[in-house]
Amino acid sequence: MTAATELRARQDRGRKVAQNREKWASVRTYVSAAVILFWCLAPAYWMVVTAFRDVGYTYDTSLLPTHVTLDNFKTAFDTSFGNRFGQALLNSLFIGVTVTVISLVVGVFAAYALARLNFRFKYLVLGFILGASMFPGVALITPLFQLFTNIGWIGTYQALIIPNISFVLPLTVYTMTSFFREMPWELEEAARVDGCTQGQAFRRVIMPLAAPAIFTTAILAFISSWNEFLIASQLSNDATQPVTVAIANFAGAQPQQIPYTAIMAAGTIVTIPLVILVLVFQRKIVAGLTAGAVK
Amino acid sequence: MATELGPTPVKEPASGGAPIHHKPKGVGEDNAIASQGKWAAWLLAPTIFALAIVIVYPIISAIVMSFQKDAGLDPATGLFTEGGPAGFSNYTNWIFQQCAAPDGGTVACPPGTLGAQFWSATGTTFYFTIITVTLETILGFWMAIIMARTFRGRSLVRAAVLVPWAIPTAVTAQLWLFIFAFEGIGNKLFNTTILWTGSEIPARWAVIIADTWKTTPFMALLILAGLQMIPAEVYEAAKVDGASAWQRFRMITLPLVKPALMVAILFRTLDALRMFDLPYILTEGSNNTTTLSILVVNQIRQGFNSAAALSTITFIIIFIVAFIFVRFLGANVVEQQTGAGKGKK
Repeated sequence: MTAATELRARQDRGRKVAQNREKWASVRTYVSAAVILFWCLAPAYWMVVTAFRDVGYTYDTSLLPTHVTLDNFKTAFDTSFGNRFGQALLNSLFIGVTVTVISLVVGVFAAYALARLNFRFKYLVLGFILGASMFPGVALITPLFQLFTNIGWIGTYQALIIPNISFVLPLTVYTMTSFFREMPWELEEAARVDGCTQGQAFRRVIMPLAAPAIFTTAILAFISSWNEFLIASQLSNDATQPVTVAIANFAGAQPQQIPYTAIMAAGTIVTIPLVILVLVFQRKIVAGLTAGAVK
Repeated sequence: MATELGPTPVKEPASGGAPIHHKPKGVGEDNAIASQGKWAAWLLAPTIFALAIVIVYPIISAIVMSFQKDAGLDPATGLFTEGGPAGFSNYTNWIFQQCAAPDGGTVACPPGTLGAQFWSATGTTFYFTIITVTLETILGFWMAIIMARTFRGRSLVRAAVLVPWAIPTAVTAQLWLFIFAFEGIGNKLFNTTILWTGSEIPARWAVIIADTWKTTPFMALLILAGLQMIPAEVYEAAKVDGASAWQRFRMITLPLVKPALMVAILFRTLDALRMFDLPYILTEGSNNTTTLSILVVNQIRQGFNSAAALSTITFIIIFIVAFIFVRFLGANVVEQQTGAGKGKK
């Protein structure tokens, strides 16, 4: 009897120690999580707060919103200092959508082949596509600049769309390849048993199933095109520049004074749709983002 | 998730790369490799063709250009030079930092000209790469470990890390320029009076901090994906065997997450080596923040061919680094890629 009670007491003590340790571990986890949240969100918060702050209080450093105004958003779209932010938004949208559609239409076939078929040189093709996605844009810019100068394409939309395909297409292919590997392909075989050709099976059975994967890939493709700066900064002009270039070159009334509040407003406008998109499709996006590298 | 994993769960055998395990017996069996190869060729053709136009053609034309002399006035010396074949002179001029001289030969480039910046730009590029990738790996690993735990609000944290990633780099650069303004919040919060973009060390660290903020989430998510491949039973077993937290990290987490980690580091390193947007906008390349990419872009309008030589050098440097990673450090991207999808059930 006494031995049993003693044992129980010892077990209780042990449990208590373990509980205490667990409690501490969870406190540490929450503190760490708070630090991560702060690190990731504080600068973005500052952008938004500044975007809504009166231009006369640009350098007000109170952490909560003060002197709230919508004027900066008006200034962002104001064209009187040579800024064409509104136009740039449309340009980015147009370039991004075009690049995404082209990359998806072209890339979906390659992804299917890489995920489903067995053929020689598969590794070579995969290696080539992965290598292409990591290719430095700066190695393309010089020959393209010369070529587009010679044929009068500098400042045209095609001069911005074509180079973007160089990194969006490989990204599209390898993200979709990873997604396609995880799909229930048995259904395709079932469709073929029922008399579909491989092409029909792909269109009628696989495409609807693949829609979420393709949609996620489209978001990733669009974001990477939307964020492109290097090539656009060299090959665009005032009429065709995308938002990244417009924001980088944003001018104020006085050349010496950077119009930060208006820039932050512009930055907020550019970022908010992306952040919403990313947060809504968070799980899928993370899966797509890490697809090429790890699974 | 991930239950049938062997002793090295993350780095699975690629099993020929084909998703054979999905293929039911019988029906698809008649699809011999030969006929699949034909299919594959047709399906891959558009992508290969497109990439040939947008990547292979520019590379070849850059290499051809790099062996041609730039015709026109040399901006550094004001001399008119003829075009024509250049041999390796465009390359040697960069590497030995030489410019055209009045007598037709070459002299050391005067300080401040683009020709005199090759080695400093190379140094800056590697400085940024080594420091940012190291910081991002450590911070990213830490974030990944936290995010891998189960706690309330975990999905909030996972969503939050996507915010810096989603903000375009050009906006990030302007945002941090504002944070690092003399009267900005950066100096205010830390009670400092640093002219961030005014001298070398602060300017470089402004770029490093902004880059770390922007890209650590990507690193963290890649590492997190690797961590989630490790089955919980392995940790339980180690706990039962009395392994301390540090031992578990060193003997289980690190080796098992290594393949994913190496690929993440490789991606980030190659990305950092071509860094352009941040220093171009944040510091405009001043105070020794000119990277190789910025130098190429500055050179374009002074001579295509010379810029082509420099971009080819940059490409070769990046290629060598990638080769070292894949060959010696075991960052097997293709295997990771082809092995994908099998661990997740």
